[in-house]
Amino acid sequence: MTEAAPPAPKGPSAKLGRDIQAKIGQQLRTMYDEVVKQGVPDRFTELLNQLGAGDQKGKR
Amino acid sequence: MAIDTPVRESILAAIPSLRAFAISLCGNVDRADDLVQETMLRALANIDSFQPGTNMPAWLFTILRNHFRSEYRKRRREVEDVDGRYTEGLKSQPEQQGHIDLREFREGLMQLPEDQREALILVGASGFSYEETAHICGCAVGTIKSRVNRARTRLATILAIDNIGEFGPDNETRAVLARGGE
Repeated sequence: MTEAAPPAPKGPSAKLGRDIQAKIGQQLRTMYDEVVKQGVPDRFTELLNQLGAGDQKGKR
Repeated sequence: MAIDTPVRESILAAIPSLRAFAISLCGNVDRADDLVQETMLRALANIDSFQPGTNMPAWLFTILRNHFRSEYRKRRREVEDVDGRYTEGLKSQPEQQGHIDLREFREGLMQLPEDQREALILVGASGFSYEETAHICGCAVGTIKSRVNRARTRLATILAIDNIGEFGPDNETRAVLARGGE
């Protein structure tokens, strides 16, 4: 993956900026994964089953 | 309509991440699920235009994102109540400290301009490369990089202001921030 890091800002905010960036990345993934962990709600599996009834006989 | 098993499997595999993306776009779980469902229907209706062996998740994300842009934006303006509705349906876990942080984070995220928010999420959470994200959003790679950078900077500002006690590592830094970061 090509992650070209932007040049770090100079001055007293530089360290804080990096701390916050790490925190943002972590919070973002936590937030996202909270939904991902819920898996596939039944309504979507059922929808696919209904739509694909033609070739889903006898299940896989 | 017949659905090939590989197509069915790859759609199912993408759904959890599609939902997470949809929630972050429209800020509401129920509407996000409708958006995912409409995305599936559109994808299946246009499955002939999908080239087997190419990136199914990116294709689905593109459909979802474009559909959101054309349909949901108008409706979203009517419901700008970020605080209340965003966390609806996500309350299965107890409100521990981490979740309080997360709620504040979500609120901050929803304050970002849509272009920046979607770029940050696709790159930072969905796991797409800058190139894939550029393809999904229909713009140049450089534009995505710049949006992601601006999103991070802006979010950092929002969170630092709202949440100075947690994000400021020490008193000295807090004092600097309180003076306007000079």
